[in-house]
Order: sequence, then C-alpha cells, then structure tokens
Amino acid sequence: MRARLLIQRGAPGEAPREEEFALEFEPGESVLDGLRRLRVEQDATLAFRYACLNANACKECMMLLDGRVIYACTARLEAREMRLAPLGNKALLRDLATEIAPPDERLG
Amino acid sequence: MYAAIEAARHGAGRVLLLDRSLIGRGGATVMAQMTVAASVGPGDTPGFHLADTLAAGRGLCDEALSALLCEEGRDCILEMDAWKVGWARAGNGFAQVQAPGHDRPRCVYVDFLNTGPAVSRTLRAQVQRVGDAIRRVGELAVTDLVVQGGEVTGAVALDVARGGVVTIAAGATIIATGGLTRLYARNSASANMSGDGYALALRAGARLMDMEFVQFFPIGHLAPRLVGMDPIMWDPFRYKLGGRLLNAAGEEFTERWGGGVEAGGYTVTRDLATYAITKEVEAGRGSPHGGAWLSFSHLPAATLRAAFGPVIDKLAANGIDLTRDAVEVSPIAHYHMGGVRVDTRMRTGVPRLLAAGEAVGGANGANRLSGNAITEAFAFGRVAGREAARIAAAGAPRGFDAGSATALLSSSGPARNTAALVARLQAVMARDVGPFRTASGLARAASVLAELRAELGEAPPGAPGAAHDLARLDWLDLR
Repeated sequence: MRARLLIQRGAPGEAPREEEFALEFEPGESVLDGLRRLRVEQDATLAFRYACLNANACKECMMLLDGRVIYACTARLEAREMRLAPLGNKALLRDLATEIAPPDERLG
Repeated sequence: MYAAIEAARHGAGRVLLLDRSLIGRGGATVMAQMTVAASVGPGDTPGFHLADTLAAGRGLCDEALSALLCEEGRDCILEMDAWKVGWARAGNGFAQVQAPGHDRPRCVYVDFLNTGPAVSRTLRAQVQRVGDAIRRVGELAVTDLVVQGGEVTGAVALDVARGGVVTIAAGATIIATGGLTRLYARNSASANMSGDGYALALRAGARLMDMEFVQFFPIGHLAPRLVGMDPIMWDPFRYKLGGRLLNAAGEEFTERWGGGVEAGGYTVTRDLATYAITKEVEAGRGSPHGGAWLSFSHLPAATLRAAFGPVIDKLAANGIDLTRDAVEVSPIAHYHMGGVRVDTRMRTGVPRLLAAGEAVGGANGANRLSGNAITEAFAFGRVAGREAARIAAAGAPRGFDAGSATALLSSSGPARNTAALVARLQAVMARDVGPFRTASGLARAASVLAELRAELGEAPPGAPGAAHDLARLDWLDLR
C-alpha cells in the first residue's frame, strides 16, 4: 500500500512549504514508523520528535494529522493523502518539531 | 536524577542535570513496565538477592558492584517508598512478584504496566523539591568531555533544540547516559540509547568492560504489527498469567534447550529463553516471522480482562483477541551488561569522572537478573552523586578551556543520509552481532563498520546552527 504524505516543512521566519512524499507501507504501520523510514529512504533532514519507539510512553510525537492533534506512534498510515503539520499552539523549531520542553528546562 | 538529588543533599550547590531528550521522557526508566528487585520482603536479605544476581550473571559479575546494587538498592527502594512512588501493597508489606531467576518473590512494582513512569515522576518531583541547587536542562546532547591535565573539567554539548554549541565547566561529571541497545535493528530502547556515554568515557581515557554482553529480551513483540505498545509488553502478561511459549508445531520447547519446563509459568531466565527460541527457529520450527508463538488462549476471557482490562481493549483495536490469537515474539536488544569500568564509589579512574546506572559495566555479569536495572540506576546514581559532591567540594579544577572540543560542532560536512547509515549499522549488528556470534560473522560486521566509518567522513553534514537537526545528531551518534 502507498500513502501520500504532505508534510509542512520550514524553520521559524520562513514561509512554511508543503512537501509531498510517497511512502510504501505495510498495514499496521504507524505514522511514526513511516516518518522514521522516510528519513532512511528519502530525506534524513526531516525534523520531528520522538524518544520512545512506538511505546506511547514519551508523548513527544504529537503533531497535526489533517488538522487534528495525534500521536504519530498511535496513528496508522493509510493509503490516502495524509497532511502532517507541527502543533499550532507551540513555537516551531523546524518542520514537525515544536518547542514542548517546560520553560524552566530550556537553555537560556 | 537520583545522582543529582544525592549530590545536592551532600552539599553540592550547583548541580546541572543534563539530558539529550526532554528530562524524564527519554531513557530506559520511563519505559520500564514493571519489576524492580529489592530484598524488602519478610525473611529476604541483600545476601539472598546477591546470590541470585551472581548466579544469573553466570559467574562473571564484578561481585563488589553486585553487592552494592543489592545493598544500596534496597535502601533506595525504601527511600522511593518514603517519597511516595506508590509501590503496590499486599497485607502489611509490599506486593512482590517472583521474576525468573529469583529464589522468591522479590520484585516490587507500582502497577503492571506503568512502574517506570511512576519512578520517573517521583524522582522528578524530588529534583524539583531540592530547588535551586539543581538546574535542569533538556535537549542538550553532550558530544565530548573536556580533559585538561588528565582530569575531566567539563563538557561540550549540542543544544539540540536550537543548534547552538554549549560549553560546561564542572568540578565533577557523572555519565548516566544508559546503554547502547539502539545499535540493533530490533530494540526496546528509546532514541537516545546509542552508547553515547561509552564513547565519551573512552575518549576521555576511561576503560570499558564486558562490552560483548548485550541482553536480549526473549519475548519482544514481533508480529502482528502493533501501534502504541511497547515491544516488551508481554513481560507483565507473563508475570501475571504465565502463558505458553510454543513453536510452529504448537509444542512447548524450552526444556529441549536446557531452560527447564515452564508448564504455564514464567520461570526460564532471559538468556536461556533467548537461546531456546533462537535454536528452535534454526531448527525450522519457528513462527512465520521467525520467532516463537506466545499464547494465552487457554485462559478464559474473564481472566484476561480482570488482569489487563484496558490493554485488552488496546489489543482489540490492533485486531488481536488473546482468547483466539497467539502472538509472535522473538529476542530483542534490551539492556547492556557491559559499560564503563568503575570502583564501588563509581569512579572511573579518570579524575573527576564518574559513571552511574546502565552506563556502568560489571554488576550484572553476562546476564542481568530481571528487576535489577532500576535498582541499579537508583543505587549507582545515589553513590555517584555522593562521590561527585565530595570531589567538587574538595576543590575546583584550575581552569576550564574547552579548546578544540567545540570545533567539530562548528564544522560543516557534505550532505549525507545519516539516517540510512544508522539503519545499515542496526542491520549489521542484528545480523552478525546478535545473541549468538561467529568469528566469520564478527569479521563481516567489522568490515561493514569500517566502510561506514569511511563513509561518515570528518564532519557532520550540513551547516551548524539548525534547530532539531536529526541528520547532524545521527552523524554525531555514528561517530
């Protein structure tokens, strides 16, 4: 099966751009599985957050799928157009990664 | 976190707690599902715990460290209880389960799936309670220790969130970075378990030991695909419900390979279960994806639901009905027994450099006893924190000069797909450096590693300064 991932990319201050990636997948794979594989197979510079691998323990992989907040590790890849964007209510770091560290645990 | 708390309690007024992930979200502790071994039951002693630890370690433990784990660890479990971690209770004491390799029920837990998060939360609350003496900074990946005049005087780090370079002067430094299981294609690690601490220690002049001893958790989830579940999730199921480990013919097989009869229980140690599954697969009797079947289908639905209600629902959402379906499991890289060589005060031999937790080698010999990992993290963290406070109080280093250690982080290399290089590393480690190894396989792995080293080049890809630059971070890990 093949998903078409439309991923919002860019850093703060840049105009966000949407890039399209076609991704073959096996039924049951998560969006996080897909993003990690996409880095290996297509573009290692894509930025997104995760710490635990698919255990839904770290809660870092929050992002928007078609405008709704998801954990990438629990949302499944589907054979359709899937639009991924960074959380809208957090400061953008780059691509799908946003600033979610508690303020007193940041540098500066 | 335990080390930071203890250092502050022993008078260190400026403790810096660094994490390359968000604090308390990455690492092994938060992912621990259940058991924490400690001799806190009636009639149990650290000596009995030690005997089981040494036996599980196959005679290859550093006994002084093992004893420290069992003794100091017990005190830490009680201290965590005073800090209201919420160890489960039974009657007047702690509820304890008997994990494989223990002579009695010795493992406390908070609940069957969330012990790690409760431990992490409790330590974090204590760190915050300490107040200003501990400054916490997440998303800082330490890339090199600074060595001046033979002693460690601080570190150089990448500010992952913003891409900047940071230098840190320190009177004492503790490596508490966990293990290296992310080097394997199938692992139960978090993204930061890439062996960073070993590389830091080695480059600073410390010694490593027992690096060949990687623990493979025998029943890591293999198939069908699950989302949002930890691959070691079947461990608590086996503690509570036993379950049956079966080959393709539906036969129990652990006895055939020296693991003893399980008979619906959960008794075979991790190394022997890994051996049995691997041999059964080699003999052509594995499950379709190359593992073993784990079945709970002999248990009534009500029993399953009573034990794991919410998880049964999550499994149903993944299309699995345990009353009907067996799942496939196979060994998965889980823990590293080897690590930095230290004495019983966690000193590495390099002045001002200490290590703690899974980063330390030796306490668990060739095979870690179930439940010893969090106990070890507590015990060694507490000892290291105490020692670091003592070292820092005895006098600061004469000066701090990061020198050329920042040059690498400021350099720019050609674009490279470092994620693909990581995947190649993980594949060769899984194929040739797994639980069972041959001379020819290791030689093949060594030649692939040399190729990867050559492809890596001398500088991280792209320009410095980008926020959350995973491509450069992968490069630094591969280095």
